Amino acid sequence: MNAIRLYGRYISASFRSQMQYPGSFLLTSAGAFVAPGIDFIAVWALFSRFRQIEGWQFGEVALFYGVIGVAFAVADGLTRGFDIFGEEFVKTGDFDRLLVRPRSTVLQLLGYELRATRIGRLVQAALAWALAVHLTGIAWTWRVWAILMFAVAGGAALFAGILVLQATLAFWTVESLEIANTLTYGGVEAAQYPLDIYARWFRNFLTFVVPLGCVSFFPVAVVLGRADRTGVAPALALLAPSLGFVFFGVSLWIWRFGVRHYTSTGS
Amino acid sequence: MGAWARPYRAVFRARFHLLVQYRAAALAGFATQCWWGAIKVMVFAAFLRGAVASPMTLREAVDYIWLGQAFLTLLPWTADPELARMVRTGDVAYERLRPLDTYAFWYARAVARRTATPLLRAIPMVLTAGVLLPLAGLGTWGLAGPDGAPAAALFAVSMVICVALSSAFSTLLDTMVVALLSERGVNTIMGPLAIVFSGNLVPLPLLLDWLQPLMRYQPFAGLLDTPFRIYSGHLRGLDAAAALGRQAFWVVALVLVGRLLMGRVMSRLQTQGG
Repeated sequence: MNAIRLYGRYISASFRSQMQYPGSFLLTSAGAFVAPGIDFIAVWALFSRFRQIEGWQFGEVALFYGVIGVAFAVADGLTRGFDIFGEEFVKTGDFDRLLVRPRSTVLQLLGYELRATRIGRLVQAALAWALAVHLTGIAWTWRVWAILMFAVAGGAALFAGILVLQATLAFWTVESLEIANTLTYGGVEAAQYPLDIYARWFRNFLTFVVPLGCVSFFPVAVVLGRADRTGVAPALALLAPSLGFVFFGVSLWIWRFGVRHYTSTGS
Repeated sequence: MGAWARPYRAVFRARFHLLVQYRAAALAGFATQCWWGAIKVMVFAAFLRGAVASPMTLREAVDYIWLGQAFLTLLPWTADPELARMVRTGDVAYERLRPLDTYAFWYARAVARRTATPLLRAIPMVLTAGVLLPLAGLGTWGLAGPDGAPAAALFAVSMVICVALSSAFSTLLDTMVVALLSERGVNTIMGPLAIVFSGNLVPLPLLLDWLQPLMRYQPFAGLLDTPFRIYSGHLRGLDAAAALGRQAFWVVALVLVGRLLMGRVMSRLQTQGG
């Protein structure tokens, strides 16, 4: 069986098992809808008081918010295996079992669980996106959709990379460190506003170290007709989300380094 | 205090000593809160730069944000996980066997929870935002001192009432868990409510003008908004006194409601497990 078909099997099994508890599924999804919705209330409340932030309007910020929210929801739904890697695999020694199977550990961990309840977060971010479509009055051509889908894909790859790095750390720390939350949840928090409102050191960090700004700020600014605010040529801005894939690739390379240094807890 | 208070003081002391052991968790929380605080400060500064008029100055807003990060765990957003476990296993029946007032006993536990954890997190946060940032020449973006000695004194009073209020909220949540047999629903609803209405999400004075009367009289305002605004001098004189009065009123009201609810819940308590 090839990897893609195997992954499909994993996912459908995971999905069916979650659907055995429809009540729990609905409630958890509703929770995933409400929690990030609070952040959007904050954005709305501040805009209703101040009208604009450094010349950006509410509809425009809603698009930044929607794009990064959808990207994170996708990554968060797919990478559950890496998220709980420390507790469920390293601490228990269960990672040994993954190593003896004739398939890559990355594939097995990706297939560990499809967190279907993240649909709540996805819908919430998509609604903000729809609101942005309604408010900004931009022509929503195929070109625009292609740019934004590339941004979402790059963003999802970046968040997945952060979660892989968090899991890799667990080879040494045994427990999953919540410090990665500053880059995942905290990253969503930061990238829901246009990058150019932040201080220079923070902007540089989000461009060159953890390229959260590259996956959403640059392409979305071009779509909004505000390429001048990015400080780079539009063509370069449109290519920026590919840094998300580079980040994911680097994190997989570090992951392999971690696997080689894995010592079982023996429990 | 007389001998009657001894068991309550004892449970407070025991819980307090237990909770201050969680230093690694506090450190991880501290890093997260620094990050969050920095983002919030930059976002608010950007909003305020273009503002024609604002009900809060940048100084007041920045102080409000850092204090909010420092005292985040003072918010009563979850029920006591250990009491919730007792409800699930049926151990809660033992709580009823003690020759003590269960409400006061749980309230003492809650006070420990709402002082030990916030203290652990507030100390490094205040040192970083209030000492390190100004030393690094970034005083504009750090936590300034209180607005004079009277403000400092009133802030201290308000924080004490704030702990009392938060503990009353927590005990009410614990009692609701007994009635509902699970903490999940309570925590799901309470978290967002506490974050929005205490001013932790957006300082309450920055919300729309027509919301202000509602914000002033609701109980969550006494959790963070009141002490923080007194600290920076945003609330002064009679306004500050009135805010302290509202805070105290809600403590009394929530304790009365909590006692009433506990009486009803406990009189028809069904324990599970075996």
